[in-house]
Order: sequence, then C-alpha cells, then structure tokens
Amino acid sequence: MASLRRFSPLPGFGLAMGYTLVYLAIIVVIPLTAVGAKTFTLGWDAFWAAVSSPRVVASYQLSFGASLLAAGINVVFGLIFAWVLVRYRFPGKGLVDSLVDLPFALPTAVAGIALATIYSQNGPVGKLLEPLGVEIAYTPKGVLLALVFIGLPFVVRTVQPVLADLEKEVEEAAAGLGASRWQTFCKIILPHIAPALLTGFAMAFARAVGEYGSVIFIAGNVPMVSEITPLMIITKLEQYDYAGATAVASVMLIISFVLLLIINGLQGWMQNRYARGA
Amino acid sequence: MSASIALHAGSLERQETASTREPAWVRVVLVSVALTFFSVFLLLPLGTVFAEGLRKGWGAYFDAMVNPDAWSAIKLTLLVAVIAVPLNLVFGLAASWAIAKFEFRGKRVLITLIDLPFSVSPVISGLIYVLMFGAQGWFGPWFYEHDIKIIFAVPGIVLATIFVTFPFVARELIPLMEAQGSEEEEAAVVLGASGWQVFRYTTLPNIKWGLLYGVILCNARAMGEFGAVSVVSGHIRGQTNTMPLHVEILYNEYNYAAAFAVASLLAVLAIITLGLKTLVERQTRRQLQDIDTPSGE
Amino acid sequence: MKLQRLFAGLLAGALLLGSANAAEIAILNVSYDPTRELYQDFNAAFSRYWQGKTGDTVKVNASHGGSGKQARSVIDGIDADVVTLALAYDIDAIADRGILPLDWQKRLPNNAAPYTSTIVFLVRKGNPKAIKDWSDLSKPGVAIVTPNPKTSGGARWNYLAAWAYALKQSGGSEAKAREFVGQIYGNVKVLDSGARGSTTTFVERGIGDVLIAWENEAYLAIKELGPDKFEIVTPSLSILAEPPVSVVDKVVDKRATRKVAQAYLEYLYSPEGQDIAARHYYRPRDARIAAKYARQFGKVNLVTIDDTFGGWRNAQKTHFSDGGIFDQLYVPGGKR
Repeated sequence: MASLRRFSPLPGFGLAMGYTLVYLAIIVVIPLTAVGAKTFTLGWDAFWAAVSSPRVVASYQLSFGASLLAAGINVVFGLIFAWVLVRYRFPGKGLVDSLVDLPFALPTAVAGIALATIYSQNGPVGKLLEPLGVEIAYTPKGVLLALVFIGLPFVVRTVQPVLADLEKEVEEAAAGLGASRWQTFCKIILPHIAPALLTGFAMAFARAVGEYGSVIFIAGNVPMVSEITPLMIITKLEQYDYAGATAVASVMLIISFVLLLIINGLQGWMQNRYARGA
Repeated sequence: MSASIALHAGSLERQETASTREPAWVRVVLVSVALTFFSVFLLLPLGTVFAEGLRKGWGAYFDAMVNPDAWSAIKLTLLVAVIAVPLNLVFGLAASWAIAKFEFRGKRVLITLIDLPFSVSPVISGLIYVLMFGAQGWFGPWFYEHDIKIIFAVPGIVLATIFVTFPFVARELIPLMEAQGSEEEEAAVVLGASGWQVFRYTTLPNIKWGLLYGVILCNARAMGEFGAVSVVSGHIRGQTNTMPLHVEILYNEYNYAAAFAVASLLAVLAIITLGLKTLVERQTRRQLQDIDTPSGE
Repeated sequence: MKLQRLFAGLLAGALLLGSANAAEIAILNVSYDPTRELYQDFNAAFSRYWQGKTGDTVKVNASHGGSGKQARSVIDGIDADVVTLALAYDIDAIADRGILPLDWQKRLPNNAAPYTSTIVFLVRKGNPKAIKDWSDLSKPGVAIVTPNPKTSGGARWNYLAAWAYALKQSGGSEAKAREFVGQIYGNVKVLDSGARGSTTTFVERGIGDVLIAWENEAYLAIKELGPDKFEIVTPSLSILAEPPVSVVDKVVDKRATRKVAQAYLEYLYSPEGQDIAARHYYRPRDARIAAKYARQFGKVNLVTIDDTFGGWRNAQKTHFSDGGIFDQLYVPGGKR
C-alpha cells in the first residue's frame, strides 16, 4: 500500500485505506460482480439477444431519450433557478431555496403517486390540460415529467455556488467596455458556469436513467411506447429469467460507470480551473 | 454528489450595481418563470400529499398513523436508518481521510467506485443482494443451512439501504477535506500528537458541519428508499415493510387516504431534513469562509 | 354425579394439557395482490378454528404482491409455509427449483384451487361505450386498461380469455385470434405492472372506458370505491381462472409446520372457508355454498386453460415468453 503513495507525515493511511477498500468491496464491488458473473452464464449470443430485443431497445430509447431531454430541461430551468436565487430578492425566496432539494429527500414512490394524482386527466393539472388535448400521465410525457422532477436539484445545486463565486468586477469591466447585458451573459458568464452546467446535466442524466419508483406510477408501461429500461429488468425477473435481467442490468451498469467517470473528470477539471481562484 | 457542491449554495446574495443588473422586465420574467416552475413541480406535489392524506379528515389521518402495521413500518424504517447511517459515517470518515490527505495512484477510479451506487438503478441495487444471498445465489445456500436470514429479513433491507446511501458522507467530506489541506494535521504531528489526537482535535472540528450535512442527506435517503428495498423486503406485513413500502401497500388496498397520510409523514421528515440542511449549510459556509480568509488562497 | 366429576376432571386435564402444550406458531402465506381482503378474514377465522381444535395459537403472516414476484421471493428463499398464487405456472416455477414436488397440483382437490374466478369487464356507469362482449373491445375508439401480461398473473388470464373467445367464434382460428387480440391490445391505454395498479388507474385516475379485471377484483372495486360510478359487464365467454395453493415442502419440513400449513389449506375447502371466499367474490367450489351465493355471480360460459391452451406451461411458452405472441403483437410491422 505504502508504495502506492507519495510520502506524507500523517498517520493512518493504511488503516483508513484498508477499511475503505474492504467496506467498498463488501458493499459495492463484490455484489456488483455478481451481476457480471450471472450475465456470463448466458454466452455471447444469448446475451446479445437479451439486450437487443426490440422491446428492450425501445426501452433504451425511451429511458435515454427522456433522460437526456429531462436533463436538458433541467439545465434551462436549473440555471434560471440558480440565477434568481443568487442574484434577486423576491418573496418566498427562502422557501424556494430550501425546497429545491425536495425531489432528493422525498421518497420516490411518494413522488410518483403524487405526480400521477396531479397530472392524470382528473387531477388538478391534468383536468386543465385535458380540454387542450394534452395528456401527460400514462404517456412518454409522464416519464419525462417525473424525470424532470427528480433531476432538478442537481443542476441548481451545481450551478448556484459557481454563480455566487463569479466576481462582479469582471462583469463591471465588460459593461464598462460597452458590452450589453446579454453579451456579458453569453461571452463572460456562460463560459464560466458551463462546466458546472455540464456536471449538473450529467448528474441529472445519470440519476434519471436508473429511476424506477417515481416513473412507474405515471408511465403507461405500454410496450414499445412507455416502458423504461429498469422495468424491462423487472419484467425479465418476473419470467424467472435472472440471466436476461442481469444482462440488461450490466448494460446499464457499464453506462453508469462511464457516465460517472466523465462527471468526475469534469469536476476535477472544474476544481483545477476555478477552485483555487474562487 | 450534489451535496458536495450544494454545500456552498444556499441564500448567497450579491450586491448589484447598475451595470451588472438586468432590466426590470427581465428580472420579473425570470422570477416568475422560477416561481411558476417551483409551484407546479415542487409545491403542488407536496401539497397534494397532504391534501390527499387529509381527504377523510384528521381522525382517519391519525388512525392511519397508529395502525399496528404502520407502527411496525415506522419502527423498521428508523431501525434501518440507525444501523445504515453510522456504518456509512465511519466509512465516509475513513475514505475521505485516505483520499483527501494522501496522494496515490488510482484515486479517480476509487472515487468513481464510491460514487457508483448513486447512479445505479435502485432495481439493480436490490437485485445484486438477491444474487448474493438468495436461495439460488452465491452465499444463499450456506446461510440457509446455518439458518441465517439475509434477504426477506432486516439484514437484507439494511444492506440495500447501505448501498444506496453509500456515497453521501464520503462525497461530502472529500472536497471539504481537500479544500482544507493537511497543514494543520501535519503541524499537530510535528508537535507530537498521536493519530487519534490529530483526528479528534484538529480534523474533526474542521469537518463537523460537513459531516453533519452528509449524515442528514444519508439519513433522508435511507428512510425514503423504495426501489432497492422493495426487491429484498418480501413485503411481509408487520415484519419487513418499511414506510415507503407500507405506503405502496395501503395504496394497493384502495386505502388512498391512509397511503397519503403515511406518505405525508415521510414528507414531513423530508421537510425537517431540508430545514436542518439549511441550518447546517449556514454553519458550513461560515466555516469555509473562516478557512478561506486566513490562508489567503 | 360420579360421571359429572369424571367429566370435569377430564376437561380440566385436557385444558391443563392443552395449555401446557399450547404453542404459538407463526406461518407465512405468500399470496398475490387481489387476495389481501380475503386472507385478512380467512386468517382470523383459521386462527380461531385452529385454537379451538388444538389449543395452539397460530398467527398467519401475509405477504402480497404480483404473483410472479411473489413466486420469485419463494425461489429466492423467503420462508413461505404456503403459497396461494394467481396461476399454476408460478407454482410450477417454484417446483422446478425443487422447493416443492412437481405433482403439487394433485395433492389437493380441484387442481389445488379451492376457489375460482373469471375475467369480466368493469365499465363506467351507464356503459357509455355500450360494451357487451369481447368483440366490443376491439372496436376503434375504445380505451382499455389492463395490466401487463409479462408482469401480472391476472393479466395473463385476461389475455387468454380474449384469445379463447376469438377461437370459439364461428370460423375462429389461431390467425383470427391473433388478429383479434392484437386489435384489443392496440386499444390498451395503460398497461400497469399489476392488477391493483390497473384498477387504480381506471377507478381513481379516470383513465379508459373499460377495465379488464378479475371478477372478484371488479366486485371489490365497486364495493370499495363507488357502486354509483361503475358497473360490471360479464362477457358471453370467459376463462375459468383457478388460483392454486400449495404447501411449500422445503420450508414446512425445515420449520416443522407441515401439519398446520396443511390444515390451513384444507380449511379453505371447508364450508367456512368457502363461505369466506364467496363473501369476497371468489366463486366457491362447494356446491352448497355456490348455490347460496349463486345470485351474486353473472352467468358465463367458461373454458379451461387445459382444454383450450394445453396447460399453463404451454400457454406461457407460446404466448408470454420473450419473443412469444404477446411480444410480437407490439413489434412494429406486426399485427396491431
């Protein structure tokens, strides 16, 4: 272990690192290998058949498409939230600021039931939309809605501190040089917060792809139309097809891992660029 | 993960001058957009939970709470949190000490592995323990012979909960400890302090608010987890149902008012959590400012 | 006088013995979604019966969920003393893992199904879309709610009932049935993952014109959620749904609970058990109880899974396995 690290006078590396690795192995790594091991019982052809059947492919399209779109929506609204929270005063601001994290703290099943109640055609919002011919609950739009709900805090909370740390002098200088407010935003502010927006986007996306509890109550679950990928795992399990379920699961796991590597890379990049200067 | 950054957030406000302020109409539009989105997406679901819970009146609301099955669900949820949170707390301390205070190869991969449970679908989080400890799984038969129950019992629920709340304390502490550097600890070592003393008297006071913040987030997730726990619980009434599972059961029994009543209890817990979090954030920010100013970085 | 004393002594002795041996036993019944209310009543009745008979207190714990999910819990090692599931295929799957014998269905009368049910339609009051039979479900513009046959046992009965109807029409054939069922599922608006979810969608959320549901579930929904809002339509032909029960041998042998588990299931066949089942809108097997509740159930022509589909294993393989007929219905370019 010691050969791995550079010299430090502090004690406890062996103990802390050892404990970390053992705990990580027991809780995360070994159980996740079980997914891989079970998948390997399939053989390549069966694996490919399991992860590329039309219904599963349609579910990837929905899960990844809706998650991308939801994360995109969250970037726009998350930025607006972060902006007004950092820069403006308005009534109810304290409330908004603390409740932005609600989707994170509220159990997903509760969120799903509540959203289905509100947006179904006899719910308070669904009732208003029905005459307009807009249906949300039990369509792919319902999936999108639930994913927007759970992803919102991630963008707000990554952008907010960066926006708060942005030095006023830079903006004043830009204004002094005759830049309009919009130019200042596009040329100065946006590039500065772009990595944070990207990180928030990636986190909202990563979370949305795997989400189950809140989506299942509001998606119609119609094959080829509104089935999400986690539901396909459950569907395979219900047919006692453990290996097929783990095959789809391992596809999702690999995607999650790659996504996280990207997020962590982005965060490292952000820290190098801004943390010391902030 | 969100947490590590959220730390610095909160009601930070800036003094604006005319040159850095948008026209009034832009401000009004932006605030209205934010408030509308907030009402439709956040307030409305929250309000719905309470409104539906009280649809049959306060009497029915309290009946739903004191029902024996609801009680056992509440007790189980608390028990699981009481076991899972401290374990992840100790892990978070160890991991952040190793990662933030030392340089070694493979650090990014290690951090990514710690993050992994955050983005793993809850369905998979439950499934992995079935594959491990189920009767057809790797260790299941051995445990079965020795009459030790893991899944469909409290240990399985605890394991799944530990998994989904795994990153929260560690991810909170790593950036905080990295930002603080290790000069103070090194000085303490030079002055002859033991490892435990360094940790107890130098590090811990510096990270205590961040630690508390991580614990709060961890606890919120632990009490609210649905997907993963649902896979390993077995849904035995009065025995292996946590509060979120009990909500689902009531909902499936056409007992909508009671379902939302128990759900509202979870929502209250969420709100208390957010309130605590706001308080802790203020403290953390103060602490960060204290660190930033003297070191002059 | 002497006789009386003797009796009293015997009685006291029996009581003493009884109380000395009276044990507290807990057994677990792993069941499917729509039986919650049935088993709540039945478990209480059985506890009284068992205490009266043996002096032992028995507590029956209950677990409910989708039938397939519940069977999977048993396979994965939940300590279920008895299973009471939605269809034989799910208990077959447990038997395939050697947890109970393959001939489990022969161990109790009536295919090990103490009560039956069938598939009916729940429509909104006044039946605005004039739905009378299966053929009305395939018409354009009818919005249907039914659970997903891949994840719900009840939904498989729904699907097979529609298939059987098309098959039994004059000129019916496999191809016709496939087209007909395709049209019906083309009209399906929401495929919830379980029977209970579908009922909620239809009743609480106001989605759809018709809910295809278990007969017992439809009656319960009307009773719980509004007799003034819905009515039941019984189609001309439906399927005899037999929700089977079995003792889980591996568990009862380990926990030494076979006697009480066996008695629990047998009590389902007793007049008391049959009466409780009928009160919860299951069709009883016992002729006397059936006569008593005859007016409660609609008249319907019933086909069985064994005669029409060659048993559950066959039906599962042809229709519901991955790439089976149900999947093909939804593949673009396939018949819709």
